[in-house]
Amino acid sequence: MTEIAQQTDKKVIVFQLMDKEYAIGVDVVQSIEKLLSVTRVPKMPSYIKGVINLKGVVTPIVDLRERFGMVVDDYTDSTRILIISLVEYDVGLIVDAANDVLDIPVESIEAQPEVVGSVKSDFISGVAKVERRLLLLLNLHKVLEPVNRVRTDEF
Amino acid sequence: MDTNQYMDMFIEESKEHLQACNEHLLELEKNPDDLGIVNEVFRSAHTLKGMSATMGFDDIASLTHMMENVLDAIRNAKIRVTSEILDVVFRAVDYLEEMVVDIESGGTGKKDVSELVKSLNAIEAGRSAILTAVSETASTVVDEVIKNNQTTLHYDDFETTVISQSFEQGYYAYEITIQLREDCLLKAARVFMVFEILEKTGEIIKSQPHVEQLENENFDEQFSIALLTKEDRDTLQAKIMKVSEIESVTINPISDHGFIDNKQTTNDVAVNTPTTAGKKEIEPDIEKRSGISHPSTKTIRVNIERLDVLMNLFEELIIDRGRLQSISSELHNPALTETVESITRVSGDLQGIILNMRMIPVETVFNRFPKMVRQLARDLDKKVDLDIVGAKTELDRTVIDEIGDPLVHLIRNALDHGIESPAERLAAGKPEEGTITLRAYHSGNHVFIELEDDGAGVNRKKVIAKAISNGILTPETAETLTNRQVAELILATGFSTAEKISDVSGRGVGLDVVKSTIESLGGFITIKSKEGQGSLFQVQLPLTLSIISVMLVELKDEVYAIPLSSIIETAIIKTSDIMNAHNQKVIDLRGSIVPLVNLKAIFEMETQGEPTDDLQSVVIVRKGDKLAGLVVDSFIGQQEIVLKSLGDYLNNVFAISGATILGDGQVALIVDCNSLIK
Repeated sequence: MTEIAQQTDKKVIVFQLMDKEYAIGVDVVQSIEKLLSVTRVPKMPSYIKGVINLKGVVTPIVDLRERFGMVVDDYTDSTRILIISLVEYDVGLIVDAANDVLDIPVESIEAQPEVVGSVKSDFISGVAKVERRLLLLLNLHKVLEPVNRVRTDEF
Repeated sequence: MDTNQYMDMFIEESKEHLQACNEHLLELEKNPDDLGIVNEVFRSAHTLKGMSATMGFDDIASLTHMMENVLDAIRNAKIRVTSEILDVVFRAVDYLEEMVVDIESGGTGKKDVSELVKSLNAIEAGRSAILTAVSETASTVVDEVIKNNQTTLHYDDFETTVISQSFEQGYYAYEITIQLREDCLLKAARVFMVFEILEKTGEIIKSQPHVEQLENENFDEQFSIALLTKEDRDTLQAKIMKVSEIESVTINPISDHGFIDNKQTTNDVAVNTPTTAGKKEIEPDIEKRSGISHPSTKTIRVNIERLDVLMNLFEELIIDRGRLQSISSELHNPALTETVESITRVSGDLQGIILNMRMIPVETVFNRFPKMVRQLARDLDKKVDLDIVGAKTELDRTVIDEIGDPLVHLIRNALDHGIESPAERLAAGKPEEGTITLRAYHSGNHVFIELEDDGAGVNRKKVIAKAISNGILTPETAETLTNRQVAELILATGFSTAEKISDVSGRGVGLDVVKSTIESLGGFITIKSKEGQGSLFQVQLPLTLSIISVMLVELKDEVYAIPLSSIIETAIIKTSDIMNAHNQKVIDLRGSIVPLVNLKAIFEMETQGEPTDDLQSVVIVRKGDKLAGLVVDSFIGQQEIVLKSLGDYLNNVFAISGATILGDGQVALIVDCNSLIK
């Protein structure tokens, strides 16, 4: 990419799933919430946990562990909801913990190696090595894609 | 008077009135003989004058005043409308717009209006020759004229005009000098009483000092007033002397010729002072316009965005209220409980008010239709009855504002193309009088507005032929279209099936505009039509915000809301009364067979291992004329809720039309009964 040359640092939120650390750009993260009471929505894929009331706005919640097909575990005190605000919609992601805000040098972001853990590779847009940590950068559009456009506007 | 707080309103309304002026003037240009339009412009100008004078923008006031004079002359058929005259009036409106814009950006709204005032004056005096010269020749000539007249052509020029005009109409002008007693305690009150008396007898055009100074007791014992009245001097004197604590009253008539001299010698009436806030001007025809009042201050305009913010903040408050309620129920502290109950009541009222601020019944739009239909039916020689259902359905303001025009088009279309002439109707075995039904209702996440007529319906052959000849359709594809798709062709751009183009509809723009307006609101329009039997135009509009009444029900530990609009009744039935009919559980509800829908099964809840009760709670819902019984665990109660969308991410949830936030901050899903009944 050409714009990398001008842009030296990318600010990301680092969060944890199982034993791995993932990163999302801060620009799409609207807030980080503690676990709120979730209302189940019927007939949804299991990773869509339901909706929450986020300050008066009904916001859908996706459990990232389930989305990635990881072992499902009970939520703990450190469980967080990352509220992602995209142009088309807002959605919350349940993660094990939100640890950090980091500046990662853009040069350190590399294409994803062939095999990284158990996560389907489409979900990862790149890998950054910061000091000794390995951060997986999420490809949000892929992560949130499937439920998204099954329209039933039949005429 | 501190006028700053009214500034926004002033600017807003001024713009509206100027816009109205512009529109009406354009109309007037097309129909120079329509004096009704002149009245409209006059009214706008008049309101603008009143407002600007109150706000202390004298240049606007004086310019609008001159405009009014011209319009008045047109209205009284003293002047004929010509495009030259309108040019000047248009220019005046342009000037006014510039001044308002200036005020809006923090300026003083001052502008040299003398040139225009002169032009307007000239028109009014009927010197259209000069007018033509003024408007057509180069502005250098005009400049010279102004230079010559600058000293007298100041602001007070129009007051002089006003006074001399009033003489023509049989008014007297007086200068009244009132001397209060030195020991007068309530000077402002006395001033007020004097003003009140004088305002009953006529029109106060000036005071010295100004009204605001008088109100603030910012004067010595003496003040002067210029008054236009039909009363004579002695009566006035006697009336004023009735006010206590007045030392003396001196009344001097202002004569036509001596007007200017008088004011210069006495110095009591400060006609030269440019700031005149609080001053009232005389109207050339008081009687005629006494019914028109200055804009009422009882309503304020609020930006809808502010209401959105208010709404969201309020919802957060409701969530905290819910928490408080649960805390107080745990603590059992009487004082806390009482306070929380009080908060609950107050916030309940508040909620109602906030929601209602955004919602207005659709009847504000529907109200004008009966008259329109009657008129149109008469024009078209048809007999039509308009039936309005659900006029109380509330709609978000933004939608209400937009929906009027599309509906007008649809109604016109129904009258013109839908309903046949009485003779044709009789021949087709229909009643002579056609019926158009306009219906509004909430359904799930949408508001539906339907227009149904029992007219001719869409003629498939004609529509297809027309579409093909218009190039909208190819003959090959035409064959494959369903009747519904054919009907919807009439919404396409440039389509008009009327054999003769009428001025009611049939310009081929109407329905196209309808479609695009509705789509811009995020809605849909569908047409169902049966040839020979009529058409149904259904407009579906999304609700950005809407209050609906729901029945809250419990399914295991989850709460769902069922819209009351779908509910016929609730019932408790015995399990033994449930019958099986072809793999479908049904009940006998007073003779009719109603299928049962187990909501828990629909919503994929674990139902196994649960003991079946002897009694079951059932909500009977309907879609059209079909019924269904929804089996739930228990009823919680009825509640008004705010309808919320589930968001774009989940846009296709089966049997769920939306969500709402309950008093405790929990999200409850709203059951879409329409999708549960096939």
